[in-house]
Amino acid sequence: MNFYILIKTTDWLIMAKITLKKLSHSYLANQNNDADWALRGVDIDWKDGGAYALLGPSGCGKTTLLNIISGLLKPTEGEILFDDKDVTTLNPVERDIAQIFQFPVIYDTMTVYDNLAFPLKNRGLSDIEIDSKVKEIAEMLELSSTLNNRASGLTADGKQKISLGRGLVRSDVNVIMFDEPLTVIDPHLKWVLRSKLKELHQKINRTMIYVTHDQIEALTFADQVVVMHEGQIVQTGTPVELFEKPKHTFVGHFIGSPGMNILPCEIKNGQINFEGKVLPTNTSIKKTNFSKVQVGIRPEFINFSNDGIQVKIKRVSDTGRHKVIDTECKSGNIKILASSSTEIPTGSAHISFDQKYTYAYGDNWIIE
Amino acid sequence: MNKTFNQKAWYFVIPVFVLVAFNAAVPLMTVVNYSFQETFGSNVFAWEGTRWFKEILHSERFHASLGRQAIFTFIILLIQLPLGIFIALTMPKKGWGVPVCLILMSMPLLIPWNVVGAMWNIFALPDIGFLGNSLNSIGFDYNFTQQSGDAWFTTILMDVWHWTSLVVLLSYAGLNSIQPAYYQAAEIDGASRWDIFRYIELPKMKKVLTLAILLRFMDSFMIYTEPFVLTGGGPGNATNFLSLDLVKMALGQFDLGPAAAMSLIYFLIVLLICWIFYSLMMKNEART
Repeated sequence: MNFYILIKTTDWLIMAKITLKKLSHSYLANQNNDADWALRGVDIDWKDGGAYALLGPSGCGKTTLLNIISGLLKPTEGEILFDDKDVTTLNPVERDIAQIFQFPVIYDTMTVYDNLAFPLKNRGLSDIEIDSKVKEIAEMLELSSTLNNRASGLTADGKQKISLGRGLVRSDVNVIMFDEPLTVIDPHLKWVLRSKLKELHQKINRTMIYVTHDQIEALTFADQVVVMHEGQIVQTGTPVELFEKPKHTFVGHFIGSPGMNILPCEIKNGQINFEGKVLPTNTSIKKTNFSKVQVGIRPEFINFSNDGIQVKIKRVSDTGRHKVIDTECKSGNIKILASSSTEIPTGSAHISFDQKYTYAYGDNWIIE
Repeated sequence: MNKTFNQKAWYFVIPVFVLVAFNAAVPLMTVVNYSFQETFGSNVFAWEGTRWFKEILHSERFHASLGRQAIFTFIILLIQLPLGIFIALTMPKKGWGVPVCLILMSMPLLIPWNVVGAMWNIFALPDIGFLGNSLNSIGFDYNFTQQSGDAWFTTILMDVWHWTSLVVLLSYAGLNSIQPAYYQAAEIDGASRWDIFRYIELPKMKKVLTLAILLRFMDSFMIYTEPFVLTGGGPGNATNFLSLDLVKMALGQFDLGPAAAMSLIYFLIVLLICWIFYSLMMKNEART
């Protein structure tokens, strides 16, 4: 029995490091400006067996990037390396990847068993090998009882499990990619399938890349989240890093609810001048030649104080767990997040920013 | 409850009743009426019971034209379905080729049926027609007006030319509704071109193909105008299909009773085959 497990575990150990070098892609034949590129200069280093998420709004290029990694698309420029081996010109089969799509892709006329066995049959495995793999995966995905049913008769989440199973059944997979796989799944099953994915990742320890526009999905699934915006990677980091130190104003806006407050400011003598006051930060600012300078502070890191920036309180919404306070100052609107027990002043008030989490942004990128 | 009872809305239904009565129910009942009686004109009828039905069902002439009809329908389905699917598979999916192909494909469908017959008649004439003349000049002894094999060949070719487009257009619509992810998944699973056709394209085209088979079966089984103009059922009785024979019996010989019985049997055969076929094709749908 132990021996059996040993073989099984080594089976799963074929994985790959993924490196993307200066990857750019355009769907147009001629590119005149930045907007003509779906991807611009993407550099990524992904380790063996990690769980990664590509997060960004619709049209930011995340699906394009995924299709380039899987080999369904050839990049206009740049190269893709699996374990330092150039795979840029290889097709998906040669790359040994698995991909799960937005909606379940199943072979309607086949049984669940044949669906799971299909990728193995195409790779010429023996019937005995196929049988043991299929049964193992079916067990893992709780599909054993439906193996002999026609796949078309299953519910949406059952079908998506089959799609997932067709990726997991192959032991030679370098990476498993998910393209918003829970879009068509009922909300109450989303949670179940997502935990299942997380659990599978821990069990089989293979590289997984998860594309989504939902920050909760990305942050709960991945160890490292890659945030994309207009064809570029704006930040890569752990969920905590993305929250505490957004490298780009887009990350500040996109992650967190409500998003970061970003307001125009000035830089004088290496310090942020906002509303006529000097805002202390943890870094001294050297570079100043930006066309636009902004200050960013998350609503969580603003407190009411006796002096500081004067704001007018416009609205308070209590969500039960905390209060969201909409305020207004000369430079614009500021949102503040306070615990439900906080006493909220009426009319005008003074606020101060937590020095540790106050950042200056020049042309949308953090100034350090 | 203060509901006003007003039955005047029924007046709106009357035109439909009248129309359906005059274009379907009344003619059909007339045919049913004829099929049980003998008439020599001037509205004199004599009751014959089921005599005409028995006669038709045992008539060698009916068996022969039914047989010809079945063979014809079988052959054209056998050619048009695979050919139509094949053309649809090779048609471009985007670019300027799409409208060009669609227009070219629709052209034969837009031509009136008797014009199709006349066109092919002239086209295939052995002395002056392009097809007939060319075939003869390269050494084939081709004459569709005298040799029954040639008459069949020409009729089938004409029907394939006229109607394959319908299968093409339906299949093309079916193919275009398949999400790209299916092809991508198949590529990742390492499926061959044949696998993609067998496990993705064919199952996804099932509904449009069911429709195509039904339409092509009904239309070809009731084909009249084109062979009437092209061969007139000849040479001899070689291409005398069911509907041609029926018209000859009804209007040529004025045997109204037997012709009426024959049309009813004809009608029931078409209905029965369509029903069996449709239930078989849809059996799996209901289960899932």
